[in-house]
Amino acid sequence: MGKTIVEKILSRASGKNAYAGDIVVAAVDAAMAHDGTAPLAIKAFKEMGGKKVWNPNKIVLVIDHIAPSASEGTSSLHVMMREFAKEHDIKLFDVGSGICHQLMPEEGYVMPGSVVVGADSHTCTYGAFGAFSTGIGSTEMAAVFISGKLWFKVPKTLKFSIDGTIPHYLTSKDIILHIIGIVKADGADYRAVEFCGQAVERMSISDRMTLCNMAIEMGAKAGLVGTDEKTREYFRELGADIETVKSDEDAIYEDVLNFEVSDLEPQIACPSAVDNVKAVREVEGAEIDQVFLGSCTNGRLEDLYLAAKILKGRKIKDGVRMLVIPASKRVYLQALKEGLIEIFLRAGCVVCNPGCGPCPGGHMGVLAAGETCLSTSNRNFVGRMGSTEAKIYLASPLTAAASAITGKITDPRIFG
Amino acid sequence: MVKIQGKVWKYGDNINTDLIIPGKYKFKTVDLNELAKHAMEGIDPKFAEHVKKGDVIVAGKNFGCGSSREQAPLALKYAGVGAVIAKSFARIFYRNSINVGLPIFESQEIYYATENGDMVEIDLESGLALNLTKKRSFATKPLPGFLLKIMQDGGLVEHFKKRGRFEWD
Repeated sequence: MGKTIVEKILSRASGKNAYAGDIVVAAVDAAMAHDGTAPLAIKAFKEMGGKKVWNPNKIVLVIDHIAPSASEGTSSLHVMMREFAKEHDIKLFDVGSGICHQLMPEEGYVMPGSVVVGADSHTCTYGAFGAFSTGIGSTEMAAVFISGKLWFKVPKTLKFSIDGTIPHYLTSKDIILHIIGIVKADGADYRAVEFCGQAVERMSISDRMTLCNMAIEMGAKAGLVGTDEKTREYFRELGADIETVKSDEDAIYEDVLNFEVSDLEPQIACPSAVDNVKAVREVEGAEIDQVFLGSCTNGRLEDLYLAAKILKGRKIKDGVRMLVIPASKRVYLQALKEGLIEIFLRAGCVVCNPGCGPCPGGHMGVLAAGETCLSTSNRNFVGRMGSTEAKIYLASPLTAAASAITGKITDPRIFG
Repeated sequence: MVKIQGKVWKYGDNINTDLIIPGKYKFKTVDLNELAKHAMEGIDPKFAEHVKKGDVIVAGKNFGCGSSREQAPLALKYAGVGAVIAKSFARIFYRNSINVGLPIFESQEIYYATENGDMVEIDLESGLALNLTKKRSFATKPLPGFLLKIMQDGGLVEHFKKRGRFEWD
């Protein structure tokens, strides 16, 4: 019987002939925790009596959620992480390195066919590389630190075929928002989502990361794209050969959904649910106070390019703040080299150091009651980015840039 | 046989982790009693002050969606919540609850038959839930055996301390 990508990966990692519904114990190839989750994992590790970690080379700690620290409390949690990393000889990416989900693939911790767990829900991002990656909690992370293994129920897979030609004003962010609006916040609970179809084949790796990143917003355990020449090329640049990771022709899917994107308009998730999705045109004109370009969803070079294309030679609206936060130091350096940072600064943006920025609500642009932010990040829940009385809209880098210029939610098509 | 008994706090669908415990608190401390003061703050600011030990949250579908933050089930547990019964749970919250020893149960029926303020009782082992106010009983979906054992041990840390290994290993 044929297998899906997830069934293949979890079979390999567990040594069992696994199919959807089976509970398996899988060997973990890489484990990551950040400053929002590592402190509790370290605490649990110590409470369990952990003396040494299973393999220091496979564990990564990242300080990205509040970086640099904005309070003494956070600083002491960062110290706790640095001490743990030093004691166990674990790689720690400190303040300014970038967002965990950007660093993991950039630094070679994610390979096609591998099992990666992260104490962060957006760990599903690495499915873009044909890896099985999923979010877990801190206490489970402590168990992984000790044993290098974890149990999984092999998920059923939903196949999402995205077809058509992507118009120039449309991004993979618009596409995934459109899909979430249809499937809804619990529509893929406990399942893996496999993205395929012509549109996905044409997408860059960065665009595929945006797709897979937001699989969790439908409740999915993993979002995946099979490997192809683009994946191979990405790893060639990192100096690595890869195995082919694809579902078998006769693999069994729970369901197959088809999405046609040739005529899709720019999409936006409205307050305060990610599945509250409309066409940008339908909410055009709503006033905004802040625009945030960045996050593990849309903080890559390709995203900065899209925004810079619109912002070049223009100014953002007086009274509107636009924060630009590259996803990693590597992205920042490349953006600097290619002149994007200058375009942002001349347009009136604030460029901050790599990290999560205001997305998780801890620092660097949190919102006051009554304020509205248009963000390229992935969640717009009540209280996510500061006050419970603030509003958050989620959209593409193009919509973000267009809206920063007018000071109102704006369909980017007016800028070409 | 361990039973949980308390008053019902009823909420709707898609109660996300930012409503259960806003991110801004989790970055500052691992003091769980401190975090518990802000439990459910995003949706019910009076909850943390008024919840009593053993009280039960009854909610709709996809409870705990969003972030992987274990601080969400921990904040509920330390606020005194005895159990959460929901139509369904988001997967990371589900795993986290078991791992921190917060009893959780899945049931569709109890949601429709229970009102805010009702008294309920749940048998941790059988998963049988009684609405004492309405005098009705409800079966809940049983947990796989190894997860039930972890939950009964009080979570993964206690489980490992007690047994010297992980149940699945």
